[in-house]
This record gives sequence, structure tokens and C-alpha cells, in this order.
Amino acid sequence: MTDAAELQRRTAELLAAHPPASTDRFDFLKARFDAGLAWVHYPEGLGGLNAPRSLQAVVDAELEAAGAPDNDPRRNGIGLGMAAPTILKYGTEEQKQRYLRPLWVGEEVWCQLFSEPGAGSDLAALGTRAVREGDDWVVNGQKVWTSGAHNSRWAILIARTDPDVPKHAGITYFICDMTDPGVDVRPLRQITGEAEFNEVFLTDVRIPDSRRLGAIGDGWRVAQTTLNNERVAIGGMRLPREGGMIGPVSKTWRERPELRTQDLHQRLLKLWVDSEVARLTAERLRQQLVAGQPGPEGAGMKLAFARLNQEISGLEVELRGEEGLLYDDWTMRRPELVDFTGRDAGYRYLRSKGNSIEGGTSEVLLNIVAERVLGLPAEPRTDKDVAWKDLAR
Amino acid sequence: MTDLLYSEEEEALRAAVRDLLADHCDAPGVIARTESDTPHDLAAWKALTDGMGLAGLLVPEDKGGQGATHREVAVVLEELGRAVAPVPYLTSAVVATEALLACDADDLLAELGTGRKIGALAVALNIAPGGAYKVVRHENGALHGELTAIADAQAADVLLVPADDGGLYAVDASAATVTPQISFDLTRPLATVMLDGAQGRLLGDAEAAVHRALRAGAGLLASEQFGLAEWTLTETVRYLKERKQFNRPVGGFQALKHRLAQLWLEVVNLRAAARNAADALATGEDADVAVAVAQAYAASVAVHAAEEALQLHAGIGMTWEHPVHLYLKRAKSDSIAYGTAGVHRARLAELVDLQAP
Ligand SMILES: Cc1cc2nc3c(=O)[nH]c(=O)nc-3n(C[C@H](O)[C@H](O)[C@H](O)COP(=O)(O)OP(=O)(O)OC[C@H]3O[C@@H](n4cnc5c(N)ncnc54)[C@H](O)[C@@H]3O)c2cc1C
Repeated sequence: MTDAAELQRRTAELLAAHPPASTDRFDFLKARFDAGLAWVHYPEGLGGLNAPRSLQAVVDAELEAAGAPDNDPRRNGIGLGMAAPTILKYGTEEQKQRYLRPLWVGEEVWCQLFSEPGAGSDLAALGTRAVREGDDWVVNGQKVWTSGAHNSRWAILIARTDPDVPKHAGITYFICDMTDPGVDVRPLRQITGEAEFNEVFLTDVRIPDSRRLGAIGDGWRVAQTTLNNERVAIGGMRLPREGGMIGPVSKTWRERPELRTQDLHQRLLKLWVDSEVARLTAERLRQQLVAGQPGPEGAGMKLAFARLNQEISGLEVELRGEEGLLYDDWTMRRPELVDFTGRDAGYRYLRSKGNSIEGGTSEVLLNIVAERVLGLPAEPRTDKDVAWKDLAR
Repeated sequence: MTDLLYSEEEEALRAAVRDLLADHCDAPGVIARTESDTPHDLAAWKALTDGMGLAGLLVPEDKGGQGATHREVAVVLEELGRAVAPVPYLTSAVVATEALLACDADDLLAELGTGRKIGALAVALNIAPGGAYKVVRHENGALHGELTAIADAQAADVLLVPADDGGLYAVDASAATVTPQISFDLTRPLATVMLDGAQGRLLGDAEAAVHRALRAGAGLLASEQFGLAEWTLTETVRYLKERKQFNRPVGGFQALKHRLAQLWLEVVNLRAAARNAADALATGEDADVAVAVAQAYAASVAVHAAEEALQLHAGIGMTWEHPVHLYLKRAKSDSIAYGTAGVHRARLAELVDLQAP
């Protein structure tokens, strides 16, 4: 098995063969992928070395110290966090070879065509149709709230392939080419002023069967992999103390004594403690994973960070007083990357409202915790055994 | 005893204002306006003031006004809050008007009372009653200096400016440089006011006038916050009855029912607190405590209601085309306007003798 010393040796080799200072960014990242140092827990030949996931930190630290370029996960969060693990688990050998390298390197950005106007929390109710025609599938429908669709080369897509069976059974999972002429991406402006997400209209989009992921009708199970990884990706970041949203407000507090009040002081300290505790829980979860004892805490991390981001940024708006009445810029833009902390307090306050909605709402996650972690009975379901086409809409 | 109910006349007034706003301030119109060069809806303002005489509610009849009280004004503000109406009512018909009532400026008072002129008190929107505010320099009969975060200054014809000699001055807006700031609340825009040797007319003592103006502003803001909170609650309940997921209306999930019931309790409390502040301002009895209580309570409810509305509308609530963001932005700005809840709690600690450790 690959251990830390082995990884250090390979990292040193990579750096010697491709000195970051004199190597093109993409060339370096490709070489890193080919050396198995991209995501070390992936299989050999697919950017990894079948090493324990925890050892990634060893590689990252060495590369960072050497000033190597990184693959900027913020730009391709959906690709890295969701598409990749799903392709790894369900993709054919050909699919893995085709998609994973440019995905990791960042040459090809991915988006997620899941939600529809009528199917949000109840994703399995989706109505976008895919009909088989020879070797192709012909897709028609509308998706909504698709983050980053305007920058994406590929999309993971779920569509209904059999309306005559109950809703979970008739879904199939595809890889959609966003450059296909039948794909129409329209900006959807959001509360922050930006159009970070989009509406996507799919009209007679032809997807070859070779871009199906998993079996026909098995799309719901494939999508579970994506969704579980989505929650881990959102909640599972490793942070230093004050590394999250609490950082900027703590800085403001230290630098601006004239803004301080007793009332805000107590609220700030409570949120500081909550942030530190959430960070420790995430760290403990990581250690459990390394020790091979995965815990259910992961389900709670996204909930915790959504609440903290919202409460802390809300407090900072108030703390700033007169400045809190202002905003940095309402210009309508289609940003390339999601920057949760880079702009001012007002932006952070508004953008963080999405944290409890995107990737599954906090209400739905609480239901999951109650039912799967605590084992409480589920709500009665009236739609389980009814054919999708017979459901009321 | 304080009257916390609405009279029949007040309900009739509410109905008339609501009708008028339904015609003028529909959500798509308000959203479109926030992105234009004329963020204020002056047609709605004209209808409210010329048509209904509402700018003069606080102005005594012998001074050309309607001679009504803060109770009626509060009802108007509830409706303006429900519509997040971009009109300078709180700033001109309440705050600037109260400042003038503390001075001897009957001519201006009458002009503001008809609504044909709009006034703005040139004190930053976040200042609480009793709080320190910025003043301009008074030199050889002219005013110099820059003031920031002045609400609705862009729509104002006359600015009421406190100066370093302790006087409050009326300055014609055309004599000042008014520059829009990028406001968080797009429906109550802020501006900076630059005075570079502008002529001002001395109206009276600034401290008393500003204090009176801000106290009324803070107290009546609670009614706007109540109207806003009530709209977001009502609208969210309506949506959740309609929106189906998992083959049933999402409002039927107990997790959401309890939250909305809880919010309803808060909104009910806020109505009582806001009514109490309006009545106390009208009678002058217990007004300081009533205003502090209302403002220590109102912001958290209005913000909570708007935040819940967004969360429960989920994806659609995050979009620009859905009006919930206007309410969230107004609620958050209102939580800073005329002093934060924390500032009002500190004031209350003095008033009811519950000193900090
Ligand atoms: C910023 C942002 C980015 C997004 N990016 C993407 C993307 O890239 N790709 C994509 O496919 N989607 C994306 N989404 C969509 C997101 O996944 C959905 O908005 C979300 O799943 C909720 O669906 P909905 O908006 O239809 O809300 P609804 O399902 O209509 O929910 C309405 C309210 O009811 C509550 N509710 C629903 N069911 C229950 C229940 N059983 N018990 C209790 N409460 C319940 C919800 O929590 C919510 O508060 C994004 C959303 C946002 C806000």
C-alpha cells in the first residue's frame, strides 16, 4: 500500500520533472494527474494511487510549499465534488478515461441538471423526458437553478425514461454535452444581483447511449451517489480556526473598536464558539473516516455550516452599522466562480441564504437525520407505488 | 389605558391605502423601479399625498395639515411596509415633519404637509434617538461638509441639516450635491449630501428637533416592520398551501407548520408592540419606553419573517424576479435604521433601571 513516505517521494519526483516556475499551469496539472497525485484515493491511471484518502493532505502540503498551481476547486465544485465520484462508481472504463482527467485539471467544467420547476426537494418527481431512438436518447424538458451552466462543458443530467412505473424507478442518469445546439442556457438573476444560476431548456437534445451512466431506470440510485457526495463536498472542508465565515467578522471586530457594543459582543462570542465546535466536529468526522469508522455526523455538517454562515453574516451587517446599509455592487454578472467570502458583508449575508437550499434544503436534511440517523418513522407516503404518469401535478 | 386596537376610521384608511398601493406598487413594478434612475415612485407619492392628504397627517389643521395622530400614520406605514413601497413617507411625512414641528417653521411644515415638497432630515439612517450624529460646519452664514447615508435625499426638495453651531438649517436640495449611494435596501435608497458653502435658513435648535424626529421615526418604523412581517408570513402560508412536493402541499409537513405557527406568534406580538408605540407617541405618555420596547423587538421579527419566507420559498425565493428579496433587504436595513435592537435595549436598561453589570 502507498504510504506517506512513498507519496512524498513521488511528489518530489513530479516537482523535479516539472518545476512549477517554468511549467505551464495545465501541463503541470496533467503531469500531476498522471503521477497519481491528483486525488490519491482514486485508482491508478485515473489520477490516484489507491492510497488512503487522508494522505492527500501530505501531497497538498508539499505542492503548496513548492508553489505548484492548484486546480481551483471553487471553479469546478460540481465536477470535482459530485460528477467525479459518480463517474468513478458507475462509469464505464471508457467514460472514466474520457472525463476524469480534463475534469480534475479544470479544462472541462461541469454542472448539474437535476432540479426542475416542479421537482426540487422531491427530485424524483422530475418530468424531463428521454426517449430512446436507435443509439441515441432524445431529451426534452426544463431544468432550473443550474449553477454555473453558462461556464460548463458537461452536465450530469437525470431524466425520465419510463413514465409507466413509480417515480423512483423510471429515471435514467446521463452525461449531457452543454455545447449541443438543443441546450439553451438562460441566466437567472438572483437575490445578490448576480446570475450565478440559470434556467436550462432542453429541446430534442440527442445523447448517445454511450453517455448513459448506470443502467436504464437505475438513475435514482446513481443520483444518490451524487447527492451524498454533494453534502460531503459542501460540509466536509477542512478548516483552520476562524477559517469559515467567522473569520471576516472577527477581523472586523478586532480592527474596528468603534463598532463594538456589548450586545453584539455576546452574540459574536456565541457564534465564535459555535463555529469552533462545528469545526471540531468536522475534524473528528475526518479522523473517524481515516480510522475506518465513518459516523453519521456528515449529515449534520451542511446544516451546521448553513446556519452559521447565515447568522454570522447577518451579525456582521448589523455590526457595520452605517456601512451595513450599503451594498458593494448590484451589477448583473454571470460569475465564473462562487465566492462566498470574497465580497462585502451584505453580499455574504444574501448569498449564504442559498446555503440552506442548494444541495438539499435544511428541512429535508433534518428529515434525513431524523429518519436515517435517529431511526424515527418516516412521514406516510402516498406516491411510492403509483406510476409517475398517474401522480397529481 | 393605551388603545391597542384599530378604530373603524383607521381600518377604512388602511383599505384605501391598500387599494391605492395595489394599483401603484405591484411587485414587478417595484423590482423594475429599483434598477432605474428613478428609484422613488413619485406617482404613488402624489396619489398618497395630493389624492389622500396623507403627508399632512401629523401636521395640525391650523398649520395646513390633517391634524391626525401617530396612530393613523402607523396604519399607513403598515401598508407601505406590506408593499415595500418606494415612497419617502417615513422620512418626509414623519421624520422631517416631526423635526419641523419642534421648530418654528410653519411655512415649510405646510409645504411638506401637502406632499408637494419632500423633506429629508440630513442625519444618517442608522442613528438612534439620543445617538450622536454628524453635523456640518457653519461659517459666515454658509454651510460646509459632507453627510452620508441620508435616506430618500435623492427625492427631497429640502434638506434639514444640523450644523456645528447647534442650529438646524433648511437647505434647498438644489444648493447641495446629492449623490446616490449603493444601498442594501433598494426601496429606501441612501445618498450622500455635500454642502459647499450652501445657504441655509435657521429653523431652530437641532438637538431637540433631531431627537423628536428620530424618536417618532424609530417608534413608527415598528409599524412598517409589522406590515412587512405580516405580508411575508401571509404570502408564505399561501405559497406553502399551493406548492406540492412528495405528492402533497409542503405546508402540510408538521416541521413547517410549527415554524409558521411560531412566526405567527412573533408577528402578533409585534403588532401589539407597534400599536403601543404609535399610541404612546400620539398621547406623549410613556413614549420613550414604548419606542424602545418596539424597536428592541421589531427588527428580529421582521428579519426572521423575511428569512423564513426566503427559506420556505427555497429556489424561487433566491431569484431576483420573486419579490421576497425586496422584503429581506428592507427588513435587514430596517434592523439598523434609527438604531439597532441592541442600542434600544441599552436605552431601555436606563429607562427602566436595569443597569448592565
Ligand atoms: C443557490 C442555489 C444553487 C442551486 N444550484 C443547483 C444546481 O446547480 N443544480 C440543480 O439541479 N439544482 C440546484 N439548486 C436547486 C436546489 O437543489 C433546490 O432549490 C432545492 O432542492 C429545493 O427545491 P425547491 O426550490 O423546489 O423547494 P421546494 O421543494 O418547493 O421546498 C419548499 C419548502 O418546503 C420545504 N420542504 C419540502 N419538502 C419538505 C418535507 N418533506 N419536509 C419538510 N419541509 C419540506 C423545503 O425545505 C422548502 O423550505 C440550487 C438552488 C440554489 C438556491
